[in-house]
Amino acid sequence: MKWTEPRQIARLISAVEDGRPGHEEQLKELFYQTGQAHVIGVTGPPGAGKSSLTDKLAKYYVDQGKRVGIIAVDPTSPFSGGSILGDRIRMNDLTTNPNVFIRSMGTRGHLGGLASSTHLVKQILDGAGADIIFIETVGVGQSEVEIVQAADTVLMVMVPGLGDDIQSMKAGIMEIGDVFAINKADLPGADRAKIDIQNMLTFQPEKDWLPLVQMVSVKENTGIEELAKAIEMHRSFLNEEDRLAIRRKRNTRNELIDLLYDKLYRRLVTQGNFERYLEQIVEKTLDPYSAIDKLLEDLRSENEND
Amino acid sequence: MEQMIRVLVAKPGLDGHDRGAKVIARALRDAGMEVIYTGLRQTPEQIVAAAIQEDVDCVAISILSGAHNTLLPKVAALLKEQGAEDILMLGGGVIPDEDIPFLLDNGIKAVFTPGTPTSKIVECIKENVTK
Ligand SMILES: Nc1nc2c(ncn2[C@@H]2O[C@H](COP(=O)(O)OP(=O)(O)OP(=O)(O)O)[C@@H](O)[C@H]2O)c(=O)[nH]1
Ligand SMILES: [Mg+2]
Repeated sequence: MKWTEPRQIARLISAVEDGRPGHEEQLKELFYQTGQAHVIGVTGPPGAGKSSLTDKLAKYYVDQGKRVGIIAVDPTSPFSGGSILGDRIRMNDLTTNPNVFIRSMGTRGHLGGLASSTHLVKQILDGAGADIIFIETVGVGQSEVEIVQAADTVLMVMVPGLGDDIQSMKAGIMEIGDVFAINKADLPGADRAKIDIQNMLTFQPEKDWLPLVQMVSVKENTGIEELAKAIEMHRSFLNEEDRLAIRRKRNTRNELIDLLYDKLYRRLVTQGNFERYLEQIVEKTLDPYSAIDKLLEDLRSENEND
Repeated sequence: MEQMIRVLVAKPGLDGHDRGAKVIARALRDAGMEVIYTGLRQTPEQIVAAAIQEDVDCVAISILSGAHNTLLPKVAALLKEQGAEDILMLGGGVIPDEDIPFLLDNGIKAVFTPGTPTSKIVECIKENVTK
C-alpha cells in the first residue's frame, strides 16, 4: 500500500468497511508498517467547529512537510441506513493536496462496532505512510467515545456558551480530553468557557497530565499554532517514560477484542447452525445454554476440518 | 454483507445556491446511500480527488451556471486520467435539451433537468451501480 496510490488505499478502505472477505492477507502485511502515525481524535458537540479546526491543523502539519490522513465520521440515519457526510465541506482546500487523504465514514450498523471499522481504516492510512491521522466524531454516544479514545491524543473542541451543558457532558466524555480547544473565541463568552473548563479539569486529581486549554478562532485564524503546539506537548509527554506504549497497549487490547468479536460474530451468528438452534430453542427442544456449547463445538470441529 | 452505494454530490462553479444539490443528497440518503457532500464552488480537480479518496460509485454534479458543457466533460476526462472512468457520472440542473447529446457522448451517463422526480435519479444509480 503506497501513499501515492490513493485509489488503492480508497478501495481497500471500502472493502474493509463493507466487510468484504479476502483482504486479510493485505491487512496482515500492512500491519507491520503501522505504528508510525500520531493519531489525534477530534471530538466535541455538534457544530463546534471540529472539521474547520481539523482543516487548519492539517494545513499546519502539511506545511511542516507531513502527510496527513483524516477520517471524518458522521451518523448514519437509523431509518434508511443512508447518510449525508458533510465534513469535507470545511476541508475543500486540502482535497487536492497530495499529502492529504480524507475519508468520510457513516456510522452504519456495524457488527463488531463502529470502533472496529474506524480502527482498520486508521491502520490502512497509517500503513500507507501517514504521519498524522485525525479522527473526527461527534462527542455523543458510546461508540464515538470509544473511537476517539483509541487515539494517542484526544482533542476536545468546545465553544463559548455551553454553560450547563459542560456539566452534563462531563460524565464520560470530558474525561477523555488531553487538549481542549475553545473554538469560536471570536464570540462572546470564550473567557468564561475557558475558566469553566479549567475548573472542571482540576478536579481530576488522579491524572498525571493536566489537559491544556487553548482558545482558538478558525474564523479569525487565531490560536491555531498554539493549539498545534499544545498537541505536540502532549505527544512529547507520551514519549517520556513508557506512556505511549502503555496507552497503545490499552488501545490495542480494545481493538483486538473488537476484531475478535467481529470474527466470532460472523462465524457463530451469521454462518453455521445458529438459525437451526434458534428454532429448536423456540420450540423448546433445546435450551440456550446447550445451544451455545454446540455452537462452540461446531466451531472446533470446523477448525479441525480446515 | 452490506455493500453500500456511495455517491459524491458536488456543486461546481461560482454561481448561487446549492438547494438543488441538497435535495438530491437527501433523496439519496433516504434511499439508503452514503452521500459525500462537498458544498459549493468545487473545481473539477477537487471533485475528482474527493471521488477517488472516497471511492464513490457515482458522482452527481448539479450545475446552474451554464458552464455544463465545459465542467462536466472536464470531470469525466479527469476521472479517466486517474483510471476511474468506471465511476458513474450524472449531471443535473438547468441544461438545455440540445446540449444533452454532447454530454452523453462525453462520459456523462444521464442528465436530469429541473422537475425530474428524485426517484428517477435513485433508480438510475441503482440500475447502473453493480455491487
Ligand atoms: N464564529 C465562528 N464560527 C465558526 C468558527 N469555526 C467554525 N465556525 C462555524 O461553525 C459551523 C460548524 O463548523 P464545522 O467545522 O462544520 O463544525 P463541526 O463540529 O465539524 O460540525 P459537525 O461535524 O456537524 O458536528 C460552520 O458554520 C463554521 O463556519 C469560529 O472560529 N468562529
Ligand atoms: Mg464536522
